Amino acid sequence: MPGGGDRFPTTHFSVVRGASSDRPEERARSLEAIVAAYWRPVYKLVRLRFGRPPEDAEDLTQAFFTRALEKDFFAGFDPVKGRFRTYLRTCVDRFVANEDKAATRLKRGGGATTETCDFASAEAEIAVAGAAARDRSPEELFDAEWVRSLFALAVESLRAACASAGKEQHFELFRRYDLEDAGEGKVTYDDLAREFGTTPSLVTNHLAWTRREFRRILLDTLRQVTSSDEEFRLEARLLLGTAPADPSSHG
Amino acid sequence: MDDERLAHLRAVADLPDLTGTRYRLIRRLGSGGMATVYLVEDTALRREAALKVLSDPDPSGDLAARLVEEARLLAGLEHPNLAPVHDVGTLPDGRVFYVMKYVRGARLDEWIATGPDRPALLRLFIKVCDAVSFAHAHGVVHRDLKPQNIMVGEFGEALVLDWGVTKVLGRLDPPAVGMPVGRRPGTADGSIVGTPAWMAPEQARGDLAAIDSRTDVYALGAILYFLLGRRPPFPPGTGEESLRKVLESDPASLRSIDPSIPRQLQAIAAKAMAKHSADRYPAVGDLSADVLRFLDGLAVEAYPESIFERAGRLFARTRTLAALIAAYTLMRLLILWLTGR
Repeated sequence: MPGGGDRFPTTHFSVVRGASSDRPEERARSLEAIVAAYWRPVYKLVRLRFGRPPEDAEDLTQAFFTRALEKDFFAGFDPVKGRFRTYLRTCVDRFVANEDKAATRLKRGGGATTETCDFASAEAEIAVAGAAARDRSPEELFDAEWVRSLFALAVESLRAACASAGKEQHFELFRRYDLEDAGEGKVTYDDLAREFGTTPSLVTNHLAWTRREFRRILLDTLRQVTSSDEEFRLEARLLLGTAPADPSSHG
Repeated sequence: MDDERLAHLRAVADLPDLTGTRYRLIRRLGSGGMATVYLVEDTALRREAALKVLSDPDPSGDLAARLVEEARLLAGLEHPNLAPVHDVGTLPDGRVFYVMKYVRGARLDEWIATGPDRPALLRLFIKVCDAVSFAHAHGVVHRDLKPQNIMVGEFGEALVLDWGVTKVLGRLDPPAVGMPVGRRPGTADGSIVGTPAWMAPEQARGDLAAIDSRTDVYALGAILYFLLGRRPPFPPGTGEESLRKVLESDPASLRSIDPSIPRQLQAIAAKAMAKHSADRYPAVGDLSADVLRFLDGLAVEAYPESIFERAGRLFARTRTLAALIAAYTLMRLLILWLTGR
């Protein structure tokens, strides 16, 4: 996914609120950020829930976001009534149903989404996930893809942040240990120290710093696609997998 | 990004940064509310401990303040059935944590599956009541008592955990940040804390002003119900439907679940779980005293027994003495009959 690193501003600006701004440029910028976070869940929902072939799903995904900008879909979002994620999914459901009724063939369009959406990679993920993805309920599927999207954006933002701070080695350690090895234990801190010509204690410190940054960036990204502190907190539980459905066994 | 990589990154994002501290991460124990608990090694003392760290984002700092308050509150409650707190502080990643005793054992809902007999269940229940009663004596109401928050140790000790949504009586209620399960307009602060299957009606209404020690009496009644009936009084759930059941329905009678449950115990649980707090035991000590009376074969406050039930109970209680007297009388009669013949 290209460009994630600079798509999200570093301030705590809420793109959800910005999407209904009176200023067209702010609205467009906010929509672009929403597309970055949501195009993948929307595409997979259209593909797997509505059973659309890839080309139709691409068209519908792009048309949805284009129409959202034109028709100001997100201005109708009321944070008191629920979460933005749920609202957006409902908008997608309604949009696809209306397209079905109109029986219109959507034209493939440029618009804001063309450069952002790497549909081929989403399609590859569907192929890898196979039946497991198809067996999920639409809500589970959408939520899981939303989580995946935010993590992917956060990794890209981390890469950009490390590059601009001159900490490329920090990111490389993170990439080798947490992205490539992903906790499988094939790579140790000693291996990395040898590989990068440093000491295991520096690997420990650099990884700790990078992980702290990763958490901060991930939560910043989430904060921008939520509209209130409460929504932010509740969505963080879903994002981090700490929802109370898994009750504490201690404490 | 595949599922395995995502799962790893999720764990990485939630892991506490323990660099520079005396603690070494061993594994995650669980999450609930605003925090996650990890098993750690205290490398200075060379012992295992449980480290509770804020997992929710905390832009306002309210949650951090609340966790520190929880730690200090627990540290002030020294009781054999409450986990002692060893440390509190801020990690290098800025998150607040506290460290407490790691309790080896099983959660009450898991322990019950090991098949303890009824007297063992009741004795354990009394220990839980002792801890809660002690907290009440210090002005602290738990507000989220449930089997998942009670650990049974290797030697049968009971520890009441998760004091994250407590209310300190006589103090203004802090924002309900622990475990919000719903929002209702027109309530004291518009939010509800606790777990519906175990919460008192005043909690389900979000009536924070009405919450006092009898709110915990209700939850303990629900736990007693669970220990006897092996199922919660209301089905688990977090939505409006669950709250409505707490407010409007009565749980199935315990004897309809298991006819072997004594009427006295059924009555004790029902009295503790009365919809109106004024109809409940006024204090946890009164509830545990009634359970203790049952264990001792005495009449219980919650159940007005008939004369036959009373005679039966007295007979059961004095069964050995009555048998000895009967045997002695029979022997004397036999001797009289033999000598008179």
